[in-house]
Amino acid sequence: MKYLDFEKGIEELERRIDELTSVGRGAGVDIEAEVKRLKKKLNRTLIRIYRNLTPWQRVQVARHPSRPYTLDYVNYMITDFFELKGDRRFGDDKSIVAGFGKFEGISVCVIGHQKGRTTKENIERNFGMPHPEGYRKALRVMKLAEKFSIPILTFVDTPGAFPGIGAEERGQAEAIGENLYEMVSLRVPIIVSVIGEGGSGGALAISVGDRILMLENAIYAVISPEGCASILWRDSAKAPNAAAALRLTAHELLKLGVIDEVVKEPIGGAHRDPKVAANILRRAIRRHLKELLHKNPYTLLKERFEKYRKIGVFVE
Amino acid sequence: MTSLDPLEFVDTKSYKDRLKEAIKSTGLKEAVVSVEGDMGSHRVQLVVFEFAFLGGSMGSVVGEKIARAVERSIEKRQPLIVVSCSGGARMQESMLSLMQMAKTCAMVRKLSEHRIPFISVLTDPTTGGVSASYALIGDVVIAEPGALIGFAGPRVIEQTIGQKLPEGFQRAEYLLEHGFVDMVVERKKLKEAIIKILDVLCGDKYVS
Repeated sequence: MKYLDFEKGIEELERRIDELTSVGRGAGVDIEAEVKRLKKKLNRTLIRIYRNLTPWQRVQVARHPSRPYTLDYVNYMITDFFELKGDRRFGDDKSIVAGFGKFEGISVCVIGHQKGRTTKENIERNFGMPHPEGYRKALRVMKLAEKFSIPILTFVDTPGAFPGIGAEERGQAEAIGENLYEMVSLRVPIIVSVIGEGGSGGALAISVGDRILMLENAIYAVISPEGCASILWRDSAKAPNAAAALRLTAHELLKLGVIDEVVKEPIGGAHRDPKVAANILRRAIRRHLKELLHKNPYTLLKERFEKYRKIGVFVE
Repeated sequence: MTSLDPLEFVDTKSYKDRLKEAIKSTGLKEAVVSVEGDMGSHRVQLVVFEFAFLGGSMGSVVGEKIARAVERSIEKRQPLIVVSCSGGARMQESMLSLMQMAKTCAMVRKLSEHRIPFISVLTDPTTGGVSASYALIGDVVIAEPGALIGFAGPRVIEQTIGQKLPEGFQRAEYLLEHGFVDMVVERKKLKEAIIKILDVLCGDKYVS
């Protein structure tokens, strides 16, 4: 497990617990008691640290290499999953996964950004940064979902749409715009879960929906803190300041009315217990899905349109 | 209509001060002006960006003004023309800006459902959140010669891939070549080109 710079106290405690447990059982009651004491202390420390994370610290948690990704959530909450590949135009973009499966017995369509764990996987997945064909695949599969009246669950976790020559050549901007244009009127419920990094337009392109849920350590912003800092401060080292200024945390975005619900994570972040994280998210999705499945398509689309029509803060 | 500062955004300057300065230097309240007027025999709704106002960036006000122009278009059954000139979404409104991308696309969708033409004119530059929302999904997309049009800025791309970009990359003619704009038209001839399009799209049609 990679420890973040503000997790020094946690690292030390976990190391001592490991040492003591490796000394082994039978070494005496004292060790067991000490381990128990240290575990309690560890729990308190985790709660204390994670309760007061700064925005920049949340950015680090959102990008933690052990944080559960889309396919981890699929693994925990979707059965009978099968993936569909390719945009039928150019190729298959592995930074977005798209497919169908069952969520608590109900057929669902799953769309999500996918990062890799290893360097090899990350190269294959392009670090979760899609090209146009990723967005076009997502739209193709979402339209299948619409055709078969299957609700859509999307999982958002990307540093952003890939800025490269091929991406521009094949219409990155148009692909994103097209998804925004189409998703607002897909005639099936869409539940969006921001699970890690919500990186600007590259995140938004699969994030138009009826409910926007966001894990409590996920982030969502118009630009990365580093990018914002280098433009406005002319110094990317000011990223922590930019992270605060951008109001990119789930709690702040709930206050601004951009998202609908903050989903709790296990103590010490989703990466410390992906299974529990998936269970909490599953319950939230189930609750919203039940509500949305009761709405007829007309009401669903009317409410979705209104949600986007009214967003913005200004004075006349 | 003016921007509020819901994030109370401060970098080396406050957003409030940047807005005040932009208002003073441009004489405008925000980065777009919307008007109703005649083009040839057509009454149209027109929205035009001003790059000098914070880089023509799209925040809550720009999004709302486009939304209202669409509503007027629908109500009066008049074509919509948007002349974009923008670096993208406005950083100082972060997610509220990003959501204007979804909002403007939702509005363009409504317009489309009412079968009213949307002509998107791209000028130099049209990038970021503006290119990646309503601007490239117009019924007809017109670009000015040499205009920089793309999702990511050239500097970001160069930094990411560590190589120089080819000559003419992300220029209007490049997009024409790659199938993302319909025509490249110089400013002097824009009005004439748009009137011709409207004459055909909104003119007498065969009805079965």
